Amino acid sequence: MANDPSEKGPAPEPPGGKAEGAAVPPKPAGEGAAAPPKPAAPAAPAAAAPPKPPPPPKETGPKPVPLDNELVQRLKARFGDAIREATLDRKQAIVLIAAAQLREISRYCRDEEKFDLLTDLTAVDWPKREKRFDIILNLYSFNKNERLRLKAHAAENEAVPSVVNVWPTADWLERECYDMFGVVFEGHPDLKRILLPDEWQGHPLRKDYDILTQDTAWVRENLGIESGQ
Amino acid sequence: MNAEHDNSGSTVTTTVLGADEIILNMGPQHPSTHGVLRVKLKLDGERVVGSECIIGYLHRGVEKIAEHRSYQQFAPYVDRMDYVAAVSNGLGYCEAVEKLLGAEAPPRARVVRTILTELQRIASHLVWLGTHALDIGALTPVFYCFREREEILKIFEKYCGARLTTHSFRIGGLQYETYDGFEQDVKRFCEDFAQKIDEYETLLTENRIWVGRTKGVGILSAEDAIALGVTGPVLRASGRKWDIRKAFPYAAYDQYDFEIPTGPAGDTYDRYLVRMEEMRQSRRICLQAIENIPSGPIMAKVGKVLKPPPGEVYHSIEAPKGELGYYIVSDGTTQPYRVRVRPPSFINLQAFDRMARGALVADVVAIIGTIDIVLGEVDR
Amino acid sequence: MIPAILQAIRPFIIPVVCGVVIVGVFPLMAGYIVLLERKVMADMQARLGPMRVGPHGLLQPLADAFKLMLKEDIIPAHADWFLFWVAPVMSVTMALLAFAALPIGPAFQIADINVGILFILAVSSLGIYGIVLGGWASNSHYSLLGALRSAAQLVSYETAAGLGLISGLLYAGSLSMKDIVQAQSDRGVWFIFAVPVGFFIYFVGSIAETNRAPFDLPEAESELVAGYMTEYSGFRWALYFLAEYANMVVVAAIATTLFLGGWLRPFPGYHQTLPGTSIELLDALPSILFLVVALYSLKLTPRQPVKIQKIVMLLVAGGCALLALVMAAALFAPDPVKIGIHGAFWFLAKVGGYVYAFLWVRFTFPRYRFDQLMRLGWRFLIPLALVNVIVVGSGMIVQENWGWRHPLLSAIVTTLIMLGVAVFLAYDDEKHQATVQAAGGE
Repeated sequence: MANDPSEKGPAPEPPGGKAEGAAVPPKPAGEGAAAPPKPAAPAAPAAAAPPKPPPPPKETGPKPVPLDNELVQRLKARFGDAIREATLDRKQAIVLIAAAQLREISRYCRDEEKFDLLTDLTAVDWPKREKRFDIILNLYSFNKNERLRLKAHAAENEAVPSVVNVWPTADWLERECYDMFGVVFEGHPDLKRILLPDEWQGHPLRKDYDILTQDTAWVRENLGIESGQ
Repeated sequence: MNAEHDNSGSTVTTTVLGADEIILNMGPQHPSTHGVLRVKLKLDGERVVGSECIIGYLHRGVEKIAEHRSYQQFAPYVDRMDYVAAVSNGLGYCEAVEKLLGAEAPPRARVVRTILTELQRIASHLVWLGTHALDIGALTPVFYCFREREEILKIFEKYCGARLTTHSFRIGGLQYETYDGFEQDVKRFCEDFAQKIDEYETLLTENRIWVGRTKGVGILSAEDAIALGVTGPVLRASGRKWDIRKAFPYAAYDQYDFEIPTGPAGDTYDRYLVRMEEMRQSRRICLQAIENIPSGPIMAKVGKVLKPPPGEVYHSIEAPKGELGYYIVSDGTTQPYRVRVRPPSFINLQAFDRMARGALVADVVAIIGTIDIVLGEVDR
Repeated sequence: MIPAILQAIRPFIIPVVCGVVIVGVFPLMAGYIVLLERKVMADMQARLGPMRVGPHGLLQPLADAFKLMLKEDIIPAHADWFLFWVAPVMSVTMALLAFAALPIGPAFQIADINVGILFILAVSSLGIYGIVLGGWASNSHYSLLGALRSAAQLVSYETAAGLGLISGLLYAGSLSMKDIVQAQSDRGVWFIFAVPVGFFIYFVGSIAETNRAPFDLPEAESELVAGYMTEYSGFRWALYFLAEYANMVVVAAIATTLFLGGWLRPFPGYHQTLPGTSIELLDALPSILFLVVALYSLKLTPRQPVKIQKIVMLLVAGGCALLALVMAAALFAPDPVKIGIHGAFWFLAKVGGYVYAFLWVRFTFPRYRFDQLMRLGWRFLIPLALVNVIVVGSGMIVQENWGWRHPLLSAIVTTLIMLGVAVFLAYDDEKHQATVQAAGGE
């Protein structure tokens, strides 16, 4: 469902270190496991180490909240189920959409909602999730001076529709995404590697692309010694 | 090359001599590509009919490295991307992480950050001006520009110990207090600089040869620029008045008075004028800022170990090259889950093909110079 | 029999000695002109220039020459080696050949040909062969393109420069170098004041003829098409460079002879003498100039950081003082000696000033693009030069028939007319360029 990392799921360890600002005294292990929105009793003076003075009251740190403004309503009205979820994280609007509708939603955003600048197009890899890639589009509207983030989930071998025809700047951005993550953009005129040499194997920004392993393997293969890393 | 229209209305092109187009390679090593950039030009005689930029020679995997460093440990790496304007990179990153943490730098830190960033903008534009003029054949402005830039680098060195890759800011504020005499140094520089920039204008702006080499060269319309995602002085010279310092003010920019220069035509000459004016406006901001640096702490209370709550943020600043954005995803640990840098030079370089169509070979060098790219940022 | 042979060769002795001196000394002079260029460039760029090799970099040219002689001589594969060898030799030969008709002062001239200017122009034109052959022999099509561009540029601007010269020749009435200077002496005025537009055309044309900035696109490093010199290394390249600087000196000498009064001092017609003597006031100028330089060097001596530089400054001061003395002594010598020495000084000073102007222009202006360069030559300079010849000639006729008293009156009128023509041509060219751009490029 939602890619909210505060829920249990792919996010590994520290049990919700939610506090910002003041220094966090070390919490005992079992506390505060994955409880959504509200931080679970952050300042539990009884459980904290006795000699320390009680920690200052913690404000709630920035966290994602659901979003339902007019823009989201219009999107939902137009695309229905393709709009999976809308959140507001650190005061920035994020709309999770279905990857198959990416091109249509993009075109709608550019033409009707006037998000004419595609600021950035990138991906994030959550390998433990079934649809491991988050495709992120950051949009900006000059008229409304507003930013919007579109997010879509894509599986490893799933082709994502390319938005090159909507925003030509996506050309190189999608090539870089392909280069670094291996996400195939269907409809892209010339999807080839951009930053790495053409014959490179592997996609570096995936979480299972381990620099250390690559280094030791290369050194063992080419120099015949054990890498000192 | 003749373009004839046959009866069906489509265009048939023939070449007069029956010659094929040739591919000319400006290899990664070239005095004018400002770094390791390879440009393949398809030429028809003297005219460029197509081009392809091949990048990646300076790719260092900065985004992958970020996933294996803590937030503070990653900060020096961002300087090395746009190494000509390291302070801006640091500002963008520190502010992005501060947004992620929900912290805010204290007022004194914000003002000092503004001053240093504006000085860095002037230094970056000076490098651009010197090298761009050198490519077009003016051999002298580069030395004058570097002489002025030397003063700025001396200020940086006195402040944080480094000239180029400064790592001047910390997450939450500043590490170092301003040194004694900081305001005087900045003030003296700003006062001298007004006259110097007039000197550069005298040498170039009205010069017939300069105008002839830059006017009408590399035209990019505003619609094309927005469609191609171009930001920064290139977009402003195409006519769109947009600056993140005014649109989403950060640091202390909302306290100061400054103009956003734009250009009418979007050619190389306009980009030149826009950047010259930006230098003047940066000087204006610096002068306003040093009048009144608030006292107080320079570092917010963010603690030694930074563990931002899980979530993500996109924060961008107006770097000298364009919109420099950081998209940081946190999973609650001390190391970022993903750091994505939105590099202005990378995206602006895409517009090169559009700008170079129809230009002469001798203009290609001018067009590369006018986009103002730094390969460290293009390739990361 | 021996006296007969001696008698036969006597007329040739002095010219041969002069020729040997020129060919022997000139390469060294060219090296020092390069050093001068680097120092002037540094001065305009707020830095010092060569300072390490010898005090104030004075031994730099020797080091450069030594290095170039020792460099590996690379010949491209499949290059035509005979042409590859001949091309720079041809360039240098033609450049140095022009010195045959050039006077350096009234006393030092290898051959006073009665068509001196024509000879020099013709020989300079032959130098273009050296460039084209060099580009061809390099077996690289970029070199060939660069060479052809260079040749096209040289030919166009030589036309313009030649036409500019003609307007000066109208006043001179002769093609012989000596006679031209004599004509300026007779009229009492340098021809630059009579035909300033002609001088301007010649100045611009000569910059383009010698491939100097702002017309140096064919040889600029930051451009894509490499110049004809690319495949040459070591001493062959040095020969091309020598040819370029020799050409610079040749055009400077022509301009000096024709427009700047040759070996005449400023105001040659002003004969006011020092009271009580027969020495003319203005003839004391060289001595005064040298004294000023000597005093300035003395003043700068304590500021030198290193001892050897102090010594060099003192030597410079001493040398200038000595030259001042020589100039002053020459005033009392018999006429031929006096004219010879002072004439040589003024000639060299003017050539030096013209070369300095070349350097100045190089470091101030950006480079013209090749099509803009050709447009400037053909659409502006050549029409201007043609009209100039006609207007100046008409002015001369009018002046003689109407007997205007002051010799320069017609010059002022013709200059004003020419300025109007120049403005018109520039305006017309811009209009043409605008229509061409509007139509989507040529």
